[in-house]
Amino acid sequence: MNSPLTIKSPLAKSAKSAKNSRPIFDFHGGIHPPENKVQSNSTPIQTLALPPLLILPLNMHIGAPAKPIVNIGDRVLKGQKLADANGVVSVPVHAPTSGTITAIGPRAVQHPSGLDAPCIVLQPDGEDRWTERHPIHNWRECSPSTLITRIREAGVAGMGGAGFPSAVKVNLKQGTQIQQLVLNAVECEPYITADDLLMRERADDIVRGIHILQHLIKPHETLIGIEDNKPLAIAAMRAAIENAEKNNGGSIEVVVVPTKYPSGGEKQLIQLLTGKEVPSSGIPAQVGVVCQNIGTALAMYRAIAFGEPLISRITTITGDAVKQPGNVEVLIGTPVSHLLNHAGVSDDKLGRLIMGGPMMGFTLHALDIPVVKTSNCVIAASKEELPEPATEQPCIRCGSCAEVCPADLLPQQLYWYSKTSDLERAQQYNLMDCIECGACAYVCPSNIPLVQYYRFAKGEVRHQVAEQNKADKARERFEARQARIDKELAEKEARRQARLEASRQKALGQVDAKADASNNIDIKAIKAASLAASSAYKAAVKALKTAQAEEADASEVAALSAQVDQLKAAADQAKAAVRDAASAPTSSSGGASDTAAATQSDIHMKALKSAALEASSAYKTAVKAMKTAEENGDGNVAELRAHADTLKSTADAAKAAVRDANTGTAMPAPTSTIDPVETLKKAVLDASSAYKAAVKSVKEAELSDADNLAELRSEADVLKRKADQLKVDLRDAKAAAPNVVKESTTTEAATATQEHAPNTADPIAERAAKMKALKTAYNSANKIWKEANAALERGIREGAENIDERRAKVDLLKARAEGTRAELNELVDQAKAGIRASGSDLKSLKLEAARAESALGSKIKELEEAKKSADEERINVLYQERDMLKREAELAANALKSAVDEQGLSDV
Amino acid sequence: MALITVSSPHTTRKGNHTGAFMRQVLYATLPGIAVLTWLFGYGTLINLSFAVIVALLTEALVLKIRGRDIRFYLSDYSAVITAVLLAIAIPPTSPWWLTLVGVTFAIVIAKQLYGGLGMNPFNPAMVGYVLLLISFPAEMTRWVAPNEAHSFSTSLQLFFGHIGDVDALTGATPLDTWRTWAGNAEQLASHPILHGNVAGMGWEWVNLAFLLGGLYLIARGIITWHIPAGVLAGVLAMALPFWLIDDIRYGDPLFHLFSGATMLGAFFIATDPVSAATSRNGRLIFGFLIGVLVWVIRTFGGYPDAMAFAVLLLNLSAPTIDYYTQPRTYGHKAAKRGARK
Ligand code: SF4
Ligand code: SF4
Repeated sequence: MNSPLTIKSPLAKSAKSAKNSRPIFDFHGGIHPPENKVQSNSTPIQTLALPPLLILPLNMHIGAPAKPIVNIGDRVLKGQKLADANGVVSVPVHAPTSGTITAIGPRAVQHPSGLDAPCIVLQPDGEDRWTERHPIHNWRECSPSTLITRIREAGVAGMGGAGFPSAVKVNLKQGTQIQQLVLNAVECEPYITADDLLMRERADDIVRGIHILQHLIKPHETLIGIEDNKPLAIAAMRAAIENAEKNNGGSIEVVVVPTKYPSGGEKQLIQLLTGKEVPSSGIPAQVGVVCQNIGTALAMYRAIAFGEPLISRITTITGDAVKQPGNVEVLIGTPVSHLLNHAGVSDDKLGRLIMGGPMMGFTLHALDIPVVKTSNCVIAASKEELPEPATEQPCIRCGSCAEVCPADLLPQQLYWYSKTSDLERAQQYNLMDCIECGACAYVCPSNIPLVQYYRFAKGEVRHQVAEQNKADKARERFEARQARIDKELAEKEARRQARLEASRQKALGQVDAKADASNNIDIKAIKAASLAASSAYKAAVKALKTAQAEEADASEVAALSAQVDQLKAAADQAKAAVRDAASAPTSSSGGASDTAAATQSDIHMKALKSAALEASSAYKTAVKAMKTAEENGDGNVAELRAHADTLKSTADAAKAAVRDANTGTAMPAPTSTIDPVETLKKAVLDASSAYKAAVKSVKEAELSDADNLAELRSEADVLKRKADQLKVDLRDAKAAAPNVVKESTTTEAATATQEHAPNTADPIAERAAKMKALKTAYNSANKIWKEANAALERGIREGAENIDERRAKVDLLKARAEGTRAELNELVDQAKAGIRASGSDLKSLKLEAARAESALGSKIKELEEAKKSADEERINVLYQERDMLKREAELAANALKSAVDEQGLSDV
Repeated sequence: MALITVSSPHTTRKGNHTGAFMRQVLYATLPGIAVLTWLFGYGTLINLSFAVIVALLTEALVLKIRGRDIRFYLSDYSAVITAVLLAIAIPPTSPWWLTLVGVTFAIVIAKQLYGGLGMNPFNPAMVGYVLLLISFPAEMTRWVAPNEAHSFSTSLQLFFGHIGDVDALTGATPLDTWRTWAGNAEQLASHPILHGNVAGMGWEWVNLAFLLGGLYLIARGIITWHIPAGVLAGVLAMALPFWLIDDIRYGDPLFHLFSGATMLGAFFIATDPVSAATSRNGRLIFGFLIGVLVWVIRTFGGYPDAMAFAVLLLNLSAPTIDYYTQPRTYGHKAAKRGARK
């Protein structure tokens, strides 16, 4: 299909100006509908009287609607900004003339759904007074970013068709090399002559606009594609280019393409001029091409050289129902009725009103719909000219549609699968590559409104994809929550263990009270800091993953991963500090000197401080990430905010820990005995306030209907649990502080601990724990692999470049997941063998579980009774014993469960 | 003022109507029908008129039962085409009931029961033809010797079932003759029917006439060249090498191309869009395999001509062929091939 094709149109032969020096690469299919251009291209561009009212839709472009920054009743000047861009893919809206804002609200706009959309209504005051303008004369010396900002601020959006924000298009990724800048002046749709007239009358300014574009994107060559049915425009452009090139060297080439619909489609034009194909669901820049409409180039020139925002455009008004068809320069926001009156509409003839061309335009359902930035044509057609569509007949699979499809699709198959809503098959036949050009429907002998079916099916597909994404996200959140809860439980267990250990040692009188107390502060504080550091690290990892999944900039990802490494180091350090601190009591128990303890706490201090620093810097990064996300209009702002909040509270906790530790070391030893209680109190307060904050954010999320509600809720749950745990700690600490434990109870406790020790050390239980850990590890590894694989597939679909590299990574991940799985399986086998070898069977396990359960029950009873009569110490000891038994019962139950699972072909 | 609001495009090609397409196909059969009448007498015309009436009536009846707009659906001419193609394919000596059975079966069973135009997986005319061929082999092979065209009255008599002296009225077709005497050089040389100007006597003209009509259809853009070219290439690809190896046993390529229903099948039957493959490459393959099958069945099968069987067999494979011959869509590295889900 890519073979060069010499033009054989009569025009090319007759007009010497239409000769090309380069080959044209024809595209598949295409049609030749009657052109109907002569009606409107014989008169010069006219100007229009000020309309009585201007209606400015907030969304005249592709992307997020602009945000109004004026109020009803405000007096505004011509060119003043009325609404600001909302995110990157969005453009502002400006006042086309001076006047008063009379309304901000929904109005009828050009939209296939026929629904109203938010608009700003401006009543002109007739003075047409400009706001202050800031021309940039020396734009050649300006950096691209300055100019791009100006283009964006001037509200320039693609004026040819879709209205994509132009600043986004010319803002190339770092390192993108553009070979061809393609200017689209094809205007292949019948009836439309706006670009034709624009080129004939304003060629010089267009060429200046093109120079700006060249300055911005530095292409190797610049090509203007014009259909051979516009000889005057071709001549005008060639003259203007010649004229301009006398002054400077930039080379621009006019390439004449044969008249055929839809050669003005962006993808088709790129193929015609360069022979390149834009990858499916990719953008032209991926093949080194940037394509802009010439009207857009002109708008850019006005924006930079005159400081004028985009407030008017050339629109063709034509059709049998108007007496004076032609082209007019209209203010954006002008109601179509005003335009029609100008052209002399006869109401009784008017049958169909189309904005855009007859092939891809939209019918208007009302006369007061405004002209927008993309409105290149208004066709007021009589009923004879564009009659009611003929009745649809069955598809006879004649294949005419496939012959003309420029995307080389099989429209009849797409039709069939769209009609039967077999979306999967329709996508297999590349439904999403349909450009909705309507060529197929134009030739279909059965008069099937094919495009209508495709639009419907595409909408369904998009809907499905959105739903799927939602479901995936929910699943991820659920899994993350599960992992978090597991981790929380494990931590709780560890803390309880530590507490028991400490109290046992204390009770045995082997520990110097002072040292223990001061160390205690440190351990608590350090633990908190360590937790903070590790949670910061996890948050960073998550952020990194999100960034990778969303294929953010390489630099961003790199920064994030650097941050992750840093945080990991910090977390490790903090953990080491915790370990050191935990081992300190044992060393001092041998009667170590106070100095040693002091040095120890000094080191802890440092660790604490650095942990606090890390935590607060993590918090700051999170805030920054949140802001960026807000600017980009990302959906996960709420989530990020919640993250930031959590990080803030951890940072605060860490800071508080540092402060406490400071006071702890500074204070004399006897006083410090009280300190653990104080610290804990503080921690409890912190935790409960964090919990409250989380609850609040959940409420906010509920109000704003955020989609990460579930996650926020679970976060709040976790915080609540933390707070509860701290409360328990506080109680324990309070109990421990008096430090007058009776000998007898202590021995009891110790015996209990010793008695249960073998249970804890039981290799089977250990293995069970390991198996659980492996299972979790496998799940997460598997998930990561799947995600990576999905990302890879997406990449392949979108034709990303470093596929091989990514594939290798995915393979690695897969291997890792499989490795874990294998290890897990091995353990399971071992466990099975173990069970068989040890002869321990289900029955004994059951017995064991029942025994533990009943021991726990009786202990609880004892505790209840003790509460009534016994003293505090006894109650405390009983509490501890109960906890021990509880754990034992849990272990037994777990062992039983895993044995059951195993026998019934477990879910591992 | 009521403005029309519809989806784009807002304009379609002038004269877009399935009926118009089908009418062109009917026009294109005229040369062939003329030659058939000239060679074999009025039997073809009589049967054809009867078939069209039967087709329209049964189609109307079924549409009425199905509660469809009769006028609207009759205007697509698809029933008429089915009737005409079937009437051309069966011998001109056929009695009325043969036509009646064939056409009714084609319209009711092969087309409407599948859901009407566009839904039928098989070419209705060929389904009717094969039914008749299997059920009434004697009637279906009773051709007239060329240049002994029956008078109008004889044709009418035959049409109403008065057979009389059958043998005097009928003769073998070139394909029949070849089948009988293949490998016997003497006999082959002694049958004048095998030695026309181009191919078998008389039938060469029939085929040329249908070739002419087919070329008209291609020129008018009613059909694309892919299927006919595929069929002819398929026949040629088989006939030529075998003929070069043994020209006594195997007919020469021209004989195959211009005998029997080759041209009618290539341009009018295999190209029935509803039941054919639709992608460009798919159509080439579809046509080629029909051509190959035609030759194979003619040479080794039990029936002298094979177009109907070949077309029906390939109708069966058309969805699969389509599945594996999707064109490469713009912006895609390679064409999608079915296997993936
Ligand atoms: S042009 Fe219309 S009738 Fe022909 S195959 Fe396509 S959809 Fe079917
Ligand atoms: S509307 Fe879609 S399917 Fe139809 S011709 Fe255009 S690209 Fe092909």
